[in-house]
Parts: sequence; C-alpha cells; structure tokens
Amino acid sequence: MAITSIKNLKEFSTANERFEGAHLLCPGCAHSMIVRELMNCSDDNLVIATNTGCLEVSTAVYPYTAWDTSWIHIGFENAATAAAGAEAMYKARKRKGTLKNPDAPVKFVAFGGDGSTYDIGFQWLSGAVERGHDFTYICLDNEVYANTGGQRSSSTPIGSSTTTSPAGRVSYGEKKMKKDMVSIMAANGAHYVAQLAPNKWKIMAKGFQKALAIEGPCFINTVSACTTEWKFDPKDTVHIMDLATDSLVFPLYEIVDGYELNILYRPKNVIPVKDYLGAQGRFKHLFKPENKHVLDEWQKRVDASWERLQRREEARV
Amino acid sequence: MAERYDLQEIEVWDGNYAAAHALRQAQVDVVAAYPITPSTPIVENYGQFVADGYVDGEFVMVESEHAAMSGCVGAAAAGGRVATATSSQGFALMAEVLYQASGMRLPIVLTVVNRALASPLNVRGDHSDMYLGRDSGWIQLDAFNAQEAYDMTLCAFKIGEDMRVRLPVMIHQDGFITSHTAQNTNPLQDEDAYAFIGEYETYQEMLDFSKPVTYGAQTEEDWHFEHKAKQHKALMDSRDVINEVFDAFEKKTGRKYKRVESYMMEDAEVAIVALGATVETCRLAAQQLRADEGLKVGVVAPRCFRPFPFDNIREALKDVKTVCCMDRSSPGGAMGALFNEVSAALYSTKNRPLVTNYIYGLGGRDFAVEEAKRIMREQKAHADAGYITTQIQQFSGLRGPKLGFFETNRR
Repeated sequence: MAITSIKNLKEFSTANERFEGAHLLCPGCAHSMIVRELMNCSDDNLVIATNTGCLEVSTAVYPYTAWDTSWIHIGFENAATAAAGAEAMYKARKRKGTLKNPDAPVKFVAFGGDGSTYDIGFQWLSGAVERGHDFTYICLDNEVYANTGGQRSSSTPIGSSTTTSPAGRVSYGEKKMKKDMVSIMAANGAHYVAQLAPNKWKIMAKGFQKALAIEGPCFINTVSACTTEWKFDPKDTVHIMDLATDSLVFPLYEIVDGYELNILYRPKNVIPVKDYLGAQGRFKHLFKPENKHVLDEWQKRVDASWERLQRREEARV
Repeated sequence: MAERYDLQEIEVWDGNYAAAHALRQAQVDVVAAYPITPSTPIVENYGQFVADGYVDGEFVMVESEHAAMSGCVGAAAAGGRVATATSSQGFALMAEVLYQASGMRLPIVLTVVNRALASPLNVRGDHSDMYLGRDSGWIQLDAFNAQEAYDMTLCAFKIGEDMRVRLPVMIHQDGFITSHTAQNTNPLQDEDAYAFIGEYETYQEMLDFSKPVTYGAQTEEDWHFEHKAKQHKALMDSRDVINEVFDAFEKKTGRKYKRVESYMMEDAEVAIVALGATVETCRLAAQQLRADEGLKVGVVAPRCFRPFPFDNIREALKDVKTVCCMDRSSPGGAMGALFNEVSAALYSTKNRPLVTNYIYGLGGRDFAVEEAKRIMREQKAHADAGYITTQIQQFSGLRGPKLGFFETNRR
C-alpha cells in the first residue's frame, strides 16, 4: 500500500515497492530516488512511459525489468506521446466498456532526462501538454546527456565542462544558462508545474501527489544529481542536492494553472552559489582566477531568479 | 454507441473516402493522426465522422507524423484497435517509429497514400514512401483503385490483429490517381464490415494491471538477433493468414484477392510487373495488344509487397520469356527494388526469363496506356532476339536525352 501522508523515511522506504532495486543505474544516481518516490506516493495503477536515456537503459534490459507496473519505451523523444496514446486508449475503452478492470484508477506518467525533455523531445512534450492529456511528465534533470557519456544539453548551465562543451585553454565550458523549462511548460498550458528535488522528499512526494490528482497535463522538473558527470563521490548525492537547493541554484516552487506561483522551500541559511559549484568536478575550472567572472555571473543570475520568483509569488501573475 | 451510417449498394468514393469509411467501420479505438497531402482527406473525413457521432473512439490530432505513430504505439500497447494515415514526408518522419511499432508486434493499421519524397518537393504520387517502408517489418498491402483501398483496409485489421500474426499493416494507394479519383465502390454495410473484421482481441495490454507488461525493452548482441529473426518469421508466416483473410473476404463480398495478382498470364510470353494504379493501365494495354496485335502479354502485380511473395512471383513468371519490372521510385544508384526482388525470385527458376527494369512516373509523371504498350512491344523484341536488346535499366517518360544503364551479358 502506498502511504498517503509521508511522515518518516523508514515508513516511506518500505512502502509500495513497484520499482525493483535490482536495476543498473550508477550507485549514487538520484534517478532511482525520484522514480521510487513517484511510485511509492500513489496506490493507483500506473502506466509509465520512459524516453530513451539512463533510466530506460538501466531498468528494462531483456529478459529483466525493474518495473512492476505497465511500462513502455518507444524512442528518445516520444514518451509524452506514448503516455498520451495510452491515455487516449484508456478513455476510449472506458467509454466502450472493454477495460478488464474499469473501476480501478489509472494514472499516466512519462519520464525523460533533460536531453529528451529540453532538447529532442521538446515538441512531443509540448504537443501532449497542449492537447490536455491527463498525464504527468517528470523530467529527471541532470543537466547533461549522461547516458551517452556527458554531452551538453540545453539544460547544461553556464561554466559546466561537458564532453561537447569542454573547458580548455581558452574556454570555460558551456557558455549559456539553462533553458527555463518550468516557465515554458506553465506557459504551454500545463495545469500544474513544479521544480522538486529528492533531498526534500516530503515536498517532492506532495508535489507528485498533487500532479497525479490533477486532471490534465502536469510537468515536474526534478533535480537529479549525477555522480558520474557532475563528478562527485557517489555517497554525496543527497549532500550535493542539499547544496543545490540551499544555494537556490534549484529553487523549489510550483505554478498552478499557469499563474499561481508558490515557493515550496525557503532555505534558513542561503549558501553562496560557489559552495555548490565547488563541490563538483564539472565546475572545477571556474575557480581559476581568469574565470572569476563566471562565478560572479552565476551568483548574479541565481539572485535575480530568486527575486523574480518571489515577486511572481506575491503578484500571482 | 456509434451511429450507423447508411450506405448505398454502390457509392461514388475516391480512395481517401473509401479508406476513411473503412476506418470508421472498423470502430477504431484510437486514431492519432496528422494531415498531409494527399492523404489529408482520410483524416478530415474521419474527423467529420467523429463530429457527427459515427465513431466512439478517440481522435487525437497530434503535432507531427512522428507523434502520430508514437501515439499509435502507446495506444496499441494499451490494448485496442489503432489506425492512422499518412503520405510521403510524413511517412519519412514516421520511419523511426514504424520500426518500433513492428518490433513491439503491435497490430496498427496505416493507410499510406503514396507520394514522392523531396527534394525537390513534390505532392504527386510515386512509390518512394512505399519503398522506404519495405524493411520496416510491416505487412504492406497494395490497392490499385478506390474499391481495393476500402477492401484492403478492412482486410488489414483482420490480418494484423490475428493472434498468429500480431504485426502492423500498411495499405498503399496511389496519391491523387487513386486517392482523389471518384469511382464506383461497393461498400459493406457497417454491421457486415465490423463482423468481418471482428472484435479486437487484447494481448499483453498495458491496462491489465494484474499482469504488468514491459514494452520496448533493450536487447543487445545477446538477444536482439533472436527477436528480429522471430519478427521476420512472423512476417513470413503471415502469408497463410493473408490467404485465409482474402478467402474469407471473397466469401463475404465475392471479390477475390491474391498475394500476387496475375492478369492474362495463362499463355503469356511477355510479362509486366507493376504496383499501384499502373497495374490497371498495364492490364488495359495488355488487353489491347492481345486483341489488336496478337501479342501474348500479361500483367503480374504483388498485392502484398511485404512479406514479398517470392514463391508466388516465381510461380507466376516461371514460364514467360521476358519480364519488365516497373519501379515508380528513384532507385538511388541501384536497379529498382521491384526489379531486384523479382529477379532474385526468378534466379532459381529453370528458364530464367530475361528481366528488364523501367523507372517511370516519378513525382506523378503520367504513365499512359500507349507507353505501356510500347514497353510491352519492346519486351517482345527481347523475347524474339533471345537477349535484352536495350539497356537493362531504362527510364520511361523522361524528358531530355535517353537515359539507361547496363548491357546484357547473355547475348
């Protein structure tokens, strides 16, 4: 049985196991924390679609599967559409009376990494959200094409060294700030959007439950620290995500119906962005004197984004 | 319940409208589609059927053909009848998902209105898209006119959904020539059409949570080969089911179909092999040449392009002297696909007829009876000489200097 109100981790860790532990994700990967949390926070039947990526290649290698629920993977870009198609079939069969168990509630969820969400699957996600399918899309955002060995995506933040935006003698790595998918999805017509993090697991579970309960398309961007590509010790995953949320690099917030913005987490002590950056190998080069301007730029942008979120929360626009 | 649509015994339908009615009569659970010329009217007409209450299923207008097929795959895995329509560039955009649909053994029905592939951009009919699909693991049925577009669409559901097959099926019709030419068509009444296809039988569906299923798993060198071989075997074995369904269709309607259609082949010396509406042009030409010039000409047409009817083609052509294969697709640096496949089938016959290749009709270039007759006479000249007197691959209806490739070595 799933737990409807999550009080402690121990209780949570023994709840409703529909995602088997024997998958192939890296030790220290935050993906499995997020997926387990989603599958633990609901008792409803789940149809899960997954884009090609780390999660997919690590959980369904024939003849094994980590999914003790209905699961589908088609391609790199189309999990949103796979979920939408399944949801359309559910509606049709419910109307025609051909479902084997017509009264059991069913939820449709799609997972994608940031590569498949921000880049290659952007159109499919946008289309499925615009059409109003009743599904929740969860982006596992590790800011890089991790499955293929660490290439930049449009979620890769400024200064990050990836294999296709490497830092070098004359470059400090990625030149652009990441795309603001949460705002885009809110503007796209998603009924509920949120940015959540597995280190703040109570907030995350609540957000997931909210999204599943809402009829219509929902989008959730989850921070998923990548030990391999962010370059930190696998035991530090939760610590790194704590730094991410406490530095406000990943502020946790939701937007309901496109305008009602609520900040979900206000750190008691906001830490400097450089503490977060300094804990990861991908930003190591930013601490050379010639790259100080990138660190300054980072702090400036995080401050501005936090200011903007607070103003939007007040203004309700 | 969907409304019953009253139909006359004879309706005047073009290929698109015929296909749309067949989809309606199949009471498809989910149609996920995106419009593209010349198949757009299938989607438009189906949309009107939905709007007028003739369809109970979901009609999802997606944002691209790739998404159309992706939605079809998700829907089919959720256990119901699924169909869509496309052409040309849309077909090309779907290509990735076509392979995924067949690899997952989902019996989706796709009505393809054949059209050229850009560049240069062209909206007219040729077989480039059809040929693009030939290794995709789908069953490919070919309709030569509006009646057949209707008939083949009904048959497609019954073939693909058969528990011995469980594969996706495409029905091809020629852009504009078939899709936009109104012809007399004999439809079945709604209840008869539905009874012929039968209720959809679910298999490993995602909405039966008592038995969770994993669709689209990964297999590497340890299992991939076995999966693909099994899929190929299912396609090859579908030949018997296709025969059965065609027989059942004949019992129901009196209209007889075969995986290879032979016309005036009993004593033929010369045979033309073609696909699409061209088959009818060639049949007319053969009829006239037999009557006017006494030429023993026949026409052979694969009704079923995939699985390729290797055995039936060989049987149909084994006794002729020359065979001309008509390919309506730019061969891209090779002989035409039909030429290659027919030649391969004939290589293991005792007499090994002479086989030539014409590339024709690209981008909707007209192919008329007179040109078909000229080609047939030319084949007769090969037969009389005992060798191919022209180049093996030639172009029909091409402006500018004559183009051709390869001389025979069998002189």
